[in-house]
Amino acid sequence: LECWGGHLSAPPSPVDGNYCLTCGSDKTLKLWNPHKGTALRTYQGHGYEVLDAAGSFDNSQLCSCGADKTVALWDVATGQVIRKYRGHAGKVNCVQFNEEATIIVSGSIDSTIRCWDCRSRRPDPVQVLDEAKDGISSVKVSDHEILSGSVDGRVRRYDLRAGQLFSDYIGSPITSVCFSKDGQCVLAASLDSTLRLLDKETGELLGEYTGHRSTAYRLDCVLSEQDTHVGSASEDGHVYFWDLVEGSLALSLAVGRGVVQSLSFHPTLPCLLAATEGQVQLWREDTFQPEGDA
Amino acid sequence: AAESSDSDEEDLVSYGTALQPLQEGERLKKPVPLQEQTVKDAKGRYQRFHGAFTGGFSAGYFNTVGTKEGWTPSAFVSSRQKRADRTVLGPEDFMDEEDLSEFGIAPKDITTTDDFASKAKDKIKEKARQIAGVVAAIPGTTAFDDLIGPSKITVGVELLRKMGWKEGQGIGPRVKRKPCRQKPDPAVKVYGCALPPGLSEGSEDEEDEYQPENVTFAPKDVMPVDLTPKENVHGLGYKGLDPSQALFGVSGREHLNLFAAGSEDTSNLLGDLKHSKGRKLGITGQAFGVGALEEEDDDIYATETLSKYDTVLKDEEPGDGLYGWTAPKQYKSKKRSEREVKYIGKILDGFSLASKPSTPSKVYPPPDLPRNYRPVHYFRPVIAAGNENCCLQKALEESTGKLESDAARQSRHALNASQRRERLGEAALKGPSLSVLEYLSEKDRERLKEVKEASEQQMKAKMLPHQSRNSRFQPAPPDDASHKWQMLLGGQLANAGSSDFKPFARNPEKQKRYESFVKSLKQGEKDTLEHYLDPSMTEWERGREQEEFFRAAMFYKSSNSTLSSRFTRAKFEDDVDKVEVPRDQENDTDDKETAVKMKMFGKLTRDKFEWHPEKLLCKRFNVPDPYPDSTIVGLPKVKRDKYSVFNFLTMPESTTSVTQATNEKIQQNNSLNKAKKPSRWDVSDKEKEKKDSISEFISLARSKADIQQQPPAPAAEESRTGPSETLRTEVPNEDKDQEEESRPSMDLFKAIFVSSSDEKSSSSEEEESDEEQQPTTSVINSETTKQVDLPDSSSSNLQESVAATTDPGVPLLPASKQELDATEEFGPKLPPAFSSGRFCRLLIRKEKHRKNREKHKTKREHKHKKEKKKKHKKQKNKGKHRNKKSEKDSSSDTEDSSDSLSDRDTTGLSPKELLRR
Repeated sequence: LECWGGHLSAPPSPVDGNYCLTCGSDKTLKLWNPHKGTALRTYQGHGYEVLDAAGSFDNSQLCSCGADKTVALWDVATGQVIRKYRGHAGKVNCVQFNEEATIIVSGSIDSTIRCWDCRSRRPDPVQVLDEAKDGISSVKVSDHEILSGSVDGRVRRYDLRAGQLFSDYIGSPITSVCFSKDGQCVLAASLDSTLRLLDKETGELLGEYTGHRSTAYRLDCVLSEQDTHVGSASEDGHVYFWDLVEGSLALSLAVGRGVVQSLSFHPTLPCLLAATEGQVQLWREDTFQPEGDA
Repeated sequence: AAESSDSDEEDLVSYGTALQPLQEGERLKKPVPLQEQTVKDAKGRYQRFHGAFTGGFSAGYFNTVGTKEGWTPSAFVSSRQKRADRTVLGPEDFMDEEDLSEFGIAPKDITTTDDFASKAKDKIKEKARQIAGVVAAIPGTTAFDDLIGPSKITVGVELLRKMGWKEGQGIGPRVKRKPCRQKPDPAVKVYGCALPPGLSEGSEDEEDEYQPENVTFAPKDVMPVDLTPKENVHGLGYKGLDPSQALFGVSGREHLNLFAAGSEDTSNLLGDLKHSKGRKLGITGQAFGVGALEEEDDDIYATETLSKYDTVLKDEEPGDGLYGWTAPKQYKSKKRSEREVKYIGKILDGFSLASKPSTPSKVYPPPDLPRNYRPVHYFRPVIAAGNENCCLQKALEESTGKLESDAARQSRHALNASQRRERLGEAALKGPSLSVLEYLSEKDRERLKEVKEASEQQMKAKMLPHQSRNSRFQPAPPDDASHKWQMLLGGQLANAGSSDFKPFARNPEKQKRYESFVKSLKQGEKDTLEHYLDPSMTEWERGREQEEFFRAAMFYKSSNSTLSSRFTRAKFEDDVDKVEVPRDQENDTDDKETAVKMKMFGKLTRDKFEWHPEKLLCKRFNVPDPYPDSTIVGLPKVKRDKYSVFNFLTMPESTTSVTQATNEKIQQNNSLNKAKKPSRWDVSDKEKEKKDSISEFISLARSKADIQQQPPAPAAEESRTGPSETLRTEVPNEDKDQEEESRPSMDLFKAIFVSSSDEKSSSSEEEESDEEQQPTTSVINSETTKQVDLPDSSSSNLQESVAATTDPGVPLLPASKQELDATEEFGPKLPPAFSSGRFCRLLIRKEKHRKNREKHKTKREHKHKKEKKKKHKKQKNKGKHRNKKSEKDSSSDTEDSSDSLSDRDTTGLSPKELLRR
């Protein structure tokens, strides 16, 4: 998929994985069918480059955030901005819907996570989580938790049900965090070229994965659809996969020459989307052959 | 047609009007569209309605008057000659032209007269018309026919009449009615539904009763066959709602009877004309409105609502179940009447008597007045407003033996906000809170207390004579006023620097006098006040000026405000003495660093906090709120003293390079805290201001000779600083000085803070900081003790506060709210702690405090001590507090003058500090 602009991310929409969203420095979002390689729609409305986007559970809405400090809520069908949330003091790095697409959680380099209400017309966030000491690089939301990775080297998990905040110190700036599919573990990628798998409850280290290179860019890490493998983008143009249990490097895919910026895994199928230098590649795991440079 | 007319005009006969010959070059006229082909009358009006009698709306000249010129009354004609032929106005005179036209109601054109009209107007037709009239969409239209129709009888009818026929009868031989009548056999039971009466036999049955046997009747008129073609799309036999029933009938009956009335009607119509004759014919229907003579006005806007229909069967009588909804009326009414007996009076429509009587409302008698109550309010002499005053009063009372210091006796106005709040049991406002004391260890505090007590004893001694003098001043003697002022003001003024507040700036001489006056006040010289006043002034002037000065000083002294507690601070304000910091902080990063290096994730790297999610967030996440009662959002915050030991750990790094190297580690440790905390510079700022009133210090330092051993460090510091520095020295200089000064006194402080090892690094810097802490803490300590204002609850309260202050390093839990509240009050009260009025208060507190500590001491002993302490305290306080607090206050002058009216009773430092930067 050719996209204009350097930065690019490719989160497939969460429900069926039939779509993928890219957002780039051309201030637009694009909705693709990655299997056919067709662009379905372009969403324009951001004032600066778009840094992250996510889809709602029912594929009816999108949210995106960008360097214009705003978080936008889109209607998928009409392509219109339903709402724009202003309040972040800096670039907004990451957005996520909650499970029912009633809340948008956005993390910004102003070191806050803001929870925006999609239901009401409130212009200000429902809550601001400002515990981080440095910019938020990654946010994930489960049914009752908000997981955030910050540049201050901590993985914070806000548990709404228990009313507690768990903060795990990793040390080096976190680039990406994600929950495992069973919700028991947390995977955190940091700028010391290490991925760490932490137990969610105790914070203990379950696994450590190294081999890739991640020192400067905000790179994504993923868990495969059955939590069997851990994947990470790398700055050397490869995507690395490790066996989750053994921690051994299982595979490295040469995606491109440049940095693989964004990575996302199909929620149910062994399918991988990797974004690099204005390209999105779809990989199917069963053959491990590039299915098509769309 | 145009062409043909040209060529063979002679041969052809032309009908109609020929079209206008087409002009050359003229465009074909557009045909007038259908919607524009309107009929207009002679005056060019749209002819939609006709004259007034046909319901027209265009009467007169454009609905105005008769002519274009207006209405002209008929000209006066002298009746002398024409008396006889006075014109009699007929209906035509009031009719419009249109009414007289062919289609009007009184056409003047040639029309067929009755004589030549068709004789088809017979009963059959009439009946059909009647039916049609009832069924027709607009009811009553046919009625016109009755009105207008010819009244002449046709020949046939005439003939028939001559033969004995009467209208309504059938034609044919007369018949006996009897046989055809069937009486229902009583023996025969009728099952099922009985035939509705009147349907088969009609209403004749009743008449038959009295008819004799031999009478014959004319045959029934033949039922006319309704020959009206079915033009509508209604179903066969469909009959619209009878409008007369539906509209007029409603008012009579409550419920619309769709069946009975309608069927009766039709049967009548279709039956004998005789019956229909009886029916009132006339203009009926809503369309015609209500005439003047009709009385059905109420019905005009009759609307059909569902409420007119029964939706449920009537509820049954509860009792015997014998009577259902068909119960005879008597039964119901009887029961009712029984009940009504109890109630005399008319029961309103729609209301019924309550089944059970309501319980009579309780009547509470007014409270009994105490026997000695006199309905006169006695104003006790108000000494002065403010907290200090109360304390003073209390002190006096205590000293005179009146120990029943019940709070209720104090007048409402003598209380300050916090006291009132206490009495009302309200929660304290969130203001600056938590003194340094909380961060000190128990031992340190003990030590401080001891020091204070010792000094207090000194004070007491000094204070005693004064007290004895004033003890009887309940009806305050006038000559005592100035002393009162002094006592009140002294304490507060002691810390009020003369630096910035210039109430008499316009009059420099006066200002000078004022300043010296203030100074003297601070030094507690009571009688020397007069010296500062202008000797050339008259007695009266002098008195006035003195009063003025007092007022000014008072006004300006009220530096600590309860107001300040009403404002929230900027989050990262660094000149407040308390900073709001997250209760739990992720600190000691280096530990974690090492843990990470050792890959010992888990407990070492994990911080667990209480976190309060927003309620709405929980709702949106479909998660129950974990803290349904909490009002906090996010991490619970805690007020922490900004000048706590921790804060000062970072001090040297910014100022002195000497200690920097050694300090690095601490720096690292505290890097997290550092961001929000003040550096040394803040303190130095304060110090700078301190130097403003050096001269005072000098005197102080001298008077400090007799001060006890424990607190001399700051005093010494002062004395050293004092002379060496001029008014506005540069900050770095001062700092250096400070460092130098504080160093020698370290030993002393070591003596005091032997066990201050609760800090991680027990380096000298820390102790240094501790030293600097010390003055403040001591003050705060006294404050905390003082705080115990209400004597009854004091002891427990105090203990609480002590408990709150026990743990130096660990911040308070919010759970202990009470403690927090208390401490919040403690903190702000710091500054005005120094002179006589203040001291007696302090003393009381001290006593309380002491009581707690040494519980078995008697009051007597205390009194003695008090006096001793007084002396001590005064000096000690001056020395010690001057150090920081007083200066703070002095600088707060500026602020006070700026936002002049803010009354501060309790909080001293914070607002000023706010402004300073």
